[in-house]
Amino acid sequence: MNRLDTNQPRSQVIDRDFLEHRAKLIDLAAFLDRCERAEGTDDFRLKALRAAIPLLIDGQSERARRVLESFSDPSSEPIPQAPGKGASGAWGGPS
Amino acid sequence: MRYIDPHAHMVSRTTDDYEKMALAGCRALTEPAFWAGYDRCSAEGFRDYFNQLTSIEPARARTYGIHHFTWLCINPKEAEDVGFAREVMQVIPEFLSRDNVLGIGEIGLNKNSKNELRILEEHLEIAAQQQSLVLVHTPHLEDKQKGTRLIMEAVRNQPSIDPGRVLIDHVEEHTVKEVLDGGFWGGMTLYPDTKCTAKRAADILETCGTERLWMNSACDWGPSNPLSVPTAALELRARGHHPEAIDHVIFKNPMAFLRQAPAFAQRAEDIDVGHLPE
Repeated sequence: MNRLDTNQPRSQVIDRDFLEHRAKLIDLAAFLDRCERAEGTDDFRLKALRAAIPLLIDGQSERARRVLESFSDPSSEPIPQAPGKGASGAWGGPS
Repeated sequence: MRYIDPHAHMVSRTTDDYEKMALAGCRALTEPAFWAGYDRCSAEGFRDYFNQLTSIEPARARTYGIHHFTWLCINPKEAEDVGFAREVMQVIPEFLSRDNVLGIGEIGLNKNSKNELRILEEHLEIAAQQQSLVLVHTPHLEDKQKGTRLIMEAVRNQPSIDPGRVLIDHVEEHTVKEVLDGGFWGGMTLYPDTKCTAKRAADILETCGTERLWMNSACDWGPSNPLSVPTAALELRARGHHPEAIDHVIFKNPMAFLRQAPAFAQRAEDIDVGHLPE
């Protein structure tokens, strides 16, 4: 396999990307705070987001793949009719 | 730097974007037929669109020294109405022999419905009859993994279509390995929110290899960046990857897939050496 082997030391990855991802994490924290301040209850999207967060710190690899899978429709058969055109970002159960 | 953007909806972009892409080193781009953001009222609307893709856009691109190619279909977002989709598909053969047409695309699924799948299968029959290359759109977000699997199954049900002549686009971390393991080509679309970022695409190249993978901007009327391919190249360079390895991903890989189409092969040498379109 023709790989793009990376020889970056971890310190270099952290130097380049830490602040960007620190900011994204704080954005996520602020989003959850904002949702909690707002009246109402969690919907399936917010529940899916909360369910995905532990995957980040479970010590297992391939976090991006597993987070994407956690948001995905696990069924395998085509649905009878398209309910619309858009996607919500999280699977809300059988339509 | 030279690159090919193999998926760009230039009908939605200004001429400034053509200029920026040319300045960044874009030698060629390919433009799949797609959803306009609204459903067309008639098959004649598609005839106009196919004319735009095969005559107007090549002329705009030529002004900036970029070779323009296209793919034709009715996109999966308008495939729920089977009767209408079939009307549009009857128009497609009129345009397939135009000199910038590469094949059928971007076909695929949107919400993974039975009607979308039926129209996908009928598009694949046209591709099989015409021995055309195929460019496939995979569904968005929560529908992507299931849809990608349904699409691969539909292609496998057409034994005359070689997976090596099918590009399955918008792959992400949860679909890329199955696509490559199936013998297909995979496309990574670089979007700010809803598909791959440049950094994630670079991660995929580092972990899955560079064989049968390309990157594209899929720039259109939504949040997207027509310079996302050179932006990803910059990310790869910042990680220390060799310019030749980057050229392999952003130029040689799309060349290798696209030159399987006679319309592209005729101009491949010009594109390779940097000759302007005639």
